[in-house]
Amino acid sequence: MRNVAAILFTGGLGFLLLVIASQLGFGEPPMRVGQGILDVAATEVGAANIVTSVLLAYRGLDTLGELSILFAAATAAGLVLGQRRASAAPDPEAGFILRAGADLLFPLLLVVGFYIILHGHLTPGGGFQGGVILAAAFFIGVLARPAESLDHTAIVVIEGLAGAAFIGIGLWALLADGEFLKPMLGTGTLGTLVSAGTLPLLSLAIGLKVGSELAGLMTSLSGTEAREP
Amino acid sequence: MIELDFVTILYCGAIGLLLIGAAGLVMCNNLFRMLLALVIAEAGVNLLLILAGYRGGATAPILGFGPAGAPMVDPVPQVLVLTAIVIGVGVQALAVAVMVRVYRAYGTLDVRELKTRFEFEVAAEQGIEPPGSTEGPAGGRPLSPVPPRPQHGEARP
Repeated sequence: MRNVAAILFTGGLGFLLLVIASQLGFGEPPMRVGQGILDVAATEVGAANIVTSVLLAYRGLDTLGELSILFAAATAAGLVLGQRRASAAPDPEAGFILRAGADLLFPLLLVVGFYIILHGHLTPGGGFQGGVILAAAFFIGVLARPAESLDHTAIVVIEGLAGAAFIGIGLWALLADGEFLKPMLGTGTLGTLVSAGTLPLLSLAIGLKVGSELAGLMTSLSGTEAREP
Repeated sequence: MIELDFVTILYCGAIGLLLIGAAGLVMCNNLFRMLLALVIAEAGVNLLLILAGYRGGATAPILGFGPAGAPMVDPVPQVLVLTAIVIGVGVQALAVAVMVRVYRAYGTLDVRELKTRFEFEVAAEQGIEPPGSTEGPAGGRPLSPVPPRPQHGEARP
């Protein structure tokens, strides 16, 4: 009975979506906001990557909300999982291949992560993508050697400072120009590394915050004891 | 005969992922499988959003990437999907964390069994008759014998 209801529900949902999709007209987006942004973004914001200029300039407040949702989720997960007891036996160390691979990959991942964060306004990428790579760089070491876990205090400090920096840049724009999170410092030359004003700084703040948050989250998940203490 | 062009395949793929996810959410009884179904549905929704911003023959919305003056795809859905992916990661991590606690406390992730357990615990807490009867016919209840409570998973008063 339940399965029949489920099949009916999914069939109806699929029919509904197909009807909507068939009337949309592929290749001609009905939204005019996108075209408007494409026309003015290069001169207003000065970032070659228009997705980044939408993310950090036009929808900067939404990005702040997104960061706070991620922060709430990470905090709640840490709260639910609790801390590992000091007396709990540490997980066994990983094999030679994973340990050697982690040592080898760590600097490379760090470089790639910061490259993607700092070039977010020029090429595909940005704070979120680079931050995930940074988190992977630190987490791979935890996987290889569970006994040497990450320093949670350092993670919390980096996360707090990065979040405060994001809000601080926004407040600076509010005080100087009357709009929260408005890009400051001029647009610069389109396509160079130092351009688009405060966008690379915001990107760096997001990257550090996402990286430290995800690293802390994955570490606390992997460090969870299998049994109830 | 339906004309099966590229666009139809793209839309059917996105909607199909969404439907697989929705069906899995309704049909699965294991909490972890429900989470996986949610992830699949999310992927379908993201694909659908990206498709909605496509413009015929356009390049990525990066200046200096394609030929000069070429049309670009709509950047707004791409940003929305970026947001959705990040939020999805947060939701998944939180769900997995809660699942770890549920498994520690009850030793199972089966929603039917968990429901029976919850009902009995609430009834015991309030000192009222538990719903259904252990001696009654099994038709009305999802599981016939009440599973014994594990020793390590006592609910706190």
